[in-house]
Amino acid sequence: MSGVTEKKLAAQVSQGLNRRKFLQVSALGGAGFLIGCSESDTAAPSAPSAEAEAVATSPAPVETELNAFVKIQSDDTVTVVVKHLDKGQGVTTGLPAIVAEELDASWSQMRTEFAPADANRYANLAFGVVQGTGGSTSIANSWEQLRLAAAGARAMLVQAAAAQWGVAADTISVADGRLTSGDKSASFGELASAAAEQTPPEQPVLKDRSEFKLLGTNLPRLDSAGKTDGSTEFTIDVQRPGMLMAVVARPPRFGGKVASFDATEALAVPGVARVVEIPRGVAVLADSYFTANKARGMLDIQWNFDEAENRSTAELEADFKAMMDQPGLEARNDGDAEAALASAAQTIEQEFHFPFLAHATMEPMDCVVELGAESCDIWTASQIPTLDVGTTAAITGLDPANIKIHTRFAGGSFGRRAVPDSDFVAEAVMIAKAIDGESPVKLHWSREDDMTAGRYRPMAVHRVRAGLDEDGKISAWHHQVASLSILTGTAFAAMMTSELDPSVVEGTTDLPYAIPNIRVDGYQPQTGVPVLWWRSVGHTHNAYAVEVFFDQVARTMGRDPYELRREMLTDHPRHLAVLNKAAEEAGWGTDLGPGRGRGIAVHESFNSFVAEVIEVTMSESGDLSIDRVVCAVDCGFALTPDVVKAQMEGGIGYGLSSALREAITLTNGEVDQKNFDRYRPLRINEMPKVEVHIVNSGEPPTGVGEPGTPPSAPALANAIADATGRYISRLPIADQLKA
Amino acid sequence: MTIEFQFNGKTVRTDAPTDKPLLWVIREDLGATGTKFGCGIAQCGACTIHLDGSPTRSCVLPIAAVAGRSVTTVEGVDSKAAMAIRKAWRELDVVQCGYCQSGQMMSATALLEGNPSPSDDDIDNAMGGNLCRCATYHRIRAAIHQAAEDLSGETA
Ligand code: FES
Ligand code: FES
Repeated sequence: MSGVTEKKLAAQVSQGLNRRKFLQVSALGGAGFLIGCSESDTAAPSAPSAEAEAVATSPAPVETELNAFVKIQSDDTVTVVVKHLDKGQGVTTGLPAIVAEELDASWSQMRTEFAPADANRYANLAFGVVQGTGGSTSIANSWEQLRLAAAGARAMLVQAAAAQWGVAADTISVADGRLTSGDKSASFGELASAAAEQTPPEQPVLKDRSEFKLLGTNLPRLDSAGKTDGSTEFTIDVQRPGMLMAVVARPPRFGGKVASFDATEALAVPGVARVVEIPRGVAVLADSYFTANKARGMLDIQWNFDEAENRSTAELEADFKAMMDQPGLEARNDGDAEAALASAAQTIEQEFHFPFLAHATMEPMDCVVELGAESCDIWTASQIPTLDVGTTAAITGLDPANIKIHTRFAGGSFGRRAVPDSDFVAEAVMIAKAIDGESPVKLHWSREDDMTAGRYRPMAVHRVRAGLDEDGKISAWHHQVASLSILTGTAFAAMMTSELDPSVVEGTTDLPYAIPNIRVDGYQPQTGVPVLWWRSVGHTHNAYAVEVFFDQVARTMGRDPYELRREMLTDHPRHLAVLNKAAEEAGWGTDLGPGRGRGIAVHESFNSFVAEVIEVTMSESGDLSIDRVVCAVDCGFALTPDVVKAQMEGGIGYGLSSALREAITLTNGEVDQKNFDRYRPLRINEMPKVEVHIVNSGEPPTGVGEPGTPPSAPALANAIADATGRYISRLPIADQLKA
Repeated sequence: MTIEFQFNGKTVRTDAPTDKPLLWVIREDLGATGTKFGCGIAQCGACTIHLDGSPTRSCVLPIAAVAGRSVTTVEGVDSKAAMAIRKAWRELDVVQCGYCQSGQMMSATALLEGNPSPSDDDIDNAMGGNLCRCATYHRIRAAIHQAAEDLSGETA
């Protein structure tokens, strides 16, 4: 989700704009308080399997809930209720770290469990009354909230100890999960139930940053154990008694419909239980995924493509370009870019082309549904669980209070699991409804389903023009972006304050370079291809166009691309600090030798600032090797520096992967890439060495899940240009290298 | 037709259709879900298991081909190399979403079992079939080197 849009959303919700939609959502999510947790099946996702088994055979520890986020067990375990989805970004480490710090717990006693869908208690404070994970907001929106919750819980423990021991509260010290006063000492677990009787303080006292013991250090991830012995449960692993496996035959073109079908052959396959039509296609249910998938291939379906998207990629591109010859939607207008371009001594222009991209999470989309007469239980990994409750209520007619989401770890997401119409959850619920809930259902997409189901990073075409004045300075910058709106027509349309979806132009409107005349125009072509936020959203293509074109202009001017950036970023100290750090650590300016090149890019997204320097080697035959990436990041205070580094490494790998070879293309409306044989992500032999340097600006913590991605592709392109003299303006890069 | 094979050290039998891939027998019939599905066409490595000790993509291996053989999954692998790999994976916090990691660790374990001190090229060759969309490759490489060092220290 975009940084620009989420701030707007929060503002709009608080101002009551589009209140209807969000009241609706919040009402759906307000399913009452969670009391106790012995029956919560979200228990301790971070506990290793061996321990989980041990717990099952010995008497369960007594748990005390001190507030919505902090629970303490009699065995001294501190459980942090995690309101965000874990998709690898480290929330099951970062969020408990905040609690452990203010509580003065020891790291080894910390555990996590996922919160139920409950927008009243567990809303993302950056989104309004919606429980959601996205826009790299998990730490930023939880920071104050969890510090207050933990400091409040600590104060209650101290009050309880003071009462029990008959001592003044200020004689009590807390460290490593123990309270001590003189010769008295007790653990959290021993005091928890007495603490629960205390009145929570109205204004808990927070630590000064100089007092932090855990935050800012490298804490081991709490999810490592379960993810290295096969015990972590993902949605695909959920088993329910009598469960059927479901797959769906969907129209091979977006917007197609089932005209008629014959399931005789499919039903004859041993193990197939049912074949049912749902609004999204034809579902096959069987006792095994293998059987269901095989039988699906035997369905004889006639499709109706009258309202489908039947165009090929080249036609879409031509339509985008035709649109850009007309005036667009104004997104920024400083000075008079047109006039400055008309009077420029020299103008430079470039057109950029970006394909659709699939998220291609390693775990394909999946969802388990158990539908009863009055209730519905859903096991899935969703970035917006309260929205899924609403969708489910709409499909089943059930009272939202009786719809329960059991959040599971996500095998990757990158935005894919934040779907305004809850696509895969809706599909699973539709299937359960079509069989009247007679068995639990696990919907499990094949890779082909996942790859061809749409929700792509939007395709985009850019035109950028720069003007140089008599003194050789950049006097004008005109940027036109044509890309698909993600928000229009969805539950998130409230995030738009004008006709222009901010995600189309984010990262171009806040161009940081000191140029007197800047104009940005957005265009929103219509296609039948569903699109979605994809790790860093509009920044993915916008940062590329801005940073590659700027580099190209610098070289045309005969200037060093790093030096020109520095000169034109003097009003942007946070950009400048990361830019300088990356350049310095990379040894900018030193000679790399023949066939090698070095490129730089800097970009702000989600309130974090990242610069990257990339080194490449180009062989004579045009083979590319990405040798090294030096990254500098300012994400405010880095709570768990190693998680920040991991997110930079991963975000860079994801960005390079897409730039190198990834593209979803259409032929007569049908997706050409169906599996990893034609959609070919980065592999280990292509992954460069990554060095991450954290620049501490002293600001409050901001996101790290996405901001590493935007600078990576342009830094790569700029390095290739340094080696070859050629700027690549059509992605993916690999297709162009030998062209 | 009943097919018998060794699964994590125990003898198991299955009446599954002979063309059902081992992956689904492991996950659905034996209930061991640590081995993952990612592509179904031997392109991603998420389903990697050891078949008589060799890293194998279980998503394309019909169960009929497993008769009389020995299958080890992430739940059952316990060689010295496997332990060193798991330890290094935890010490370096390799995982992100974790979904690909069972397959990564099975490939890495097999590599170390056959080659106690792999070079970067050896790692590229052995691990090239395992995709990680979270791009934890950088740490996977470091963890394999660390595990190799660990093992050599033990034998020295
Ligand atoms: S699932 Fe077997 S290689 Fe991908
Ligand atoms: S850790 Fe997520 S796919 Fe590898």
